[in-house]
Amino acid sequence: MDRIPILRMGEFLLVTIQVDMHDQLALTLQDDLTAQITRTGARGVLIDISSLDVVDSFIGRMLGSIASMARLMNAETVVVGMQPSVAITLVELGLTLHGIRTALDVEKGMALLRASAAGRRRA
Amino acid sequence: MPVLKEETVAIGSDADVVLVRQLVRRRAQELRFSLVDQTKLVTAASELARNALEHGRGGEMLLQVLQDPPRSGLRLVFADQGPGIANVELAMKDGYTTGGGLGLGLGGAKRLVNEFAVESTPGKGTRITVTKWH
Amino acid sequence: MAVSLTHLPRILERHGDALLADWIREQLQAKSRTGAIKEGELREQCAEFLRLLREATAKGGTSDVSRPEFEPLRELLANVSRSRGVQGFSPSETAKFVFSFKRPLFMRLREELGRDAVALADETWAVTELLDELGLLTTETYQKTREAVIARQQEEMLELSTPVVKLWDGILALPMIGTLDSNRTQVVMETLLEKIVETGSEVAIIDITGVPTVDTLVAQHLMKTVAAARLMGAECIISGIRPAIAQTIVHLAIDLGNVITKANLADAFKTALDKRGMAQVPGR
Repeated sequence: MDRIPILRMGEFLLVTIQVDMHDQLALTLQDDLTAQITRTGARGVLIDISSLDVVDSFIGRMLGSIASMARLMNAETVVVGMQPSVAITLVELGLTLHGIRTALDVEKGMALLRASAAGRRRA
Repeated sequence: MPVLKEETVAIGSDADVVLVRQLVRRRAQELRFSLVDQTKLVTAASELARNALEHGRGGEMLLQVLQDPPRSGLRLVFADQGPGIANVELAMKDGYTTGGGLGLGLGGAKRLVNEFAVESTPGKGTRITVTKWH
Repeated sequence: MAVSLTHLPRILERHGDALLADWIREQLQAKSRTGAIKEGELREQCAEFLRLLREATAKGGTSDVSRPEFEPLRELLANVSRSRGVQGFSPSETAKFVFSFKRPLFMRLREELGRDAVALADETWAVTELLDELGLLTTETYQKTREAVIARQQEEMLELSTPVVKLWDGILALPMIGTLDSNRTQVVMETLLEKIVETGSEVAIIDITGVPTVDTLVAQHLMKTVAAARLMGAECIISGIRPAIAQTIVHLAIDLGNVITKANLADAFKTALDKRGMAQVPGR
């Protein structure tokens, strides 16, 4: 069965979505990610969607669910690399991904996760 | 209005939703839609294909390439033999959902295209026609 | 109504070279901007026109230019008027290419048919109709060409009028000038979002100091751009909201919600520098 690989980078998990996902693949990713967060004790999840040329309400909803579940397990989620045309379409569709943090690219997303993890450790 | 080309895709599983997206993207590219317009139409198609799958127990999409000089356009007709929509007006509202989602499907799809029409007969099925012009 | 051309093919055949010489002289005398076209090019176009006209009339023998035998001639005329349209000739200068052929041709007709008044009248009528049709064709193509030129210029203006500039590392500014219609706003916004990705800028300032009015639709576009930029991981600041626009926004009950707004570009820039390096949470 198809699976989207999840990479571990220190205390963060990195997912790069490169295929046009069918719904089952999206649901599997959701399961795999939550399992990995528990197993590794990851503090953050970075989802790179720069290769996705379509994000519909289903995938948008999945991103939202991942972020909410991760937060419950004390991990921060950042979605990076959304294409302008995808962003414009999502806004028109009425999906603003409330509460999901975003960054322009993987590097900026990582910096964001690091800052946020450091902040939580201090607190 | 002259129809240059017609093709049909069956929608029976979530893999077919991906096929719908890919076909619509290809045709929109051939008609030289702008990237934003391509993305909007493909996204609308994805919403409506999933709608046919989840609420209509599957169905099919008819794709038509339209020529109305100087415009060209793509028309997508999603038809299913599902239970139909009892209250179309209500179903078009954002936040309305029977599938447990965000309820942006129909109303959201409408905002992504130029023309949008729903015909639904309870017990018989639903037919949603969308058109995007270039 | 198509009229049959009885003598024209023969006259074109017999006096081709003389007609060509007369016609070119006619056009060179009229001058106007014909100076802009090289004599060699003009000669080539005229010779080709004569050749194709001879072939078409010999084949069909009528003045109906929509018939297939006129196809090559129609194409030549389209090319000639297209190139003149692009070079900036006026419509009448372009149409004169065909109409200036009348005098030399009528003179030949009179020489050839002068003794037969009925034949001369019939042939003159048929030739007039033919050349008028061809002349109209040049005007039509000319107009289409000019329309295409105007459309292209509008597009170029659109691009020129909306430069996205880099103010600082990671900070873009989009100074908008002039009236914003829905179409233009959309193009501008798409350009801005693309530049954000291209330059990796996390803050973009949209300055509307030079915009005279903001209506509901434009405000909506601005809001959508801000929302889309947030989804991508960038924050927008709207600056240059003049008192009149602030009043409109309040009167129209437009909700600028959680958008950061500043009175001028300098304030916006200060805020942008403060924000730099901090990504945003959408929807808060």
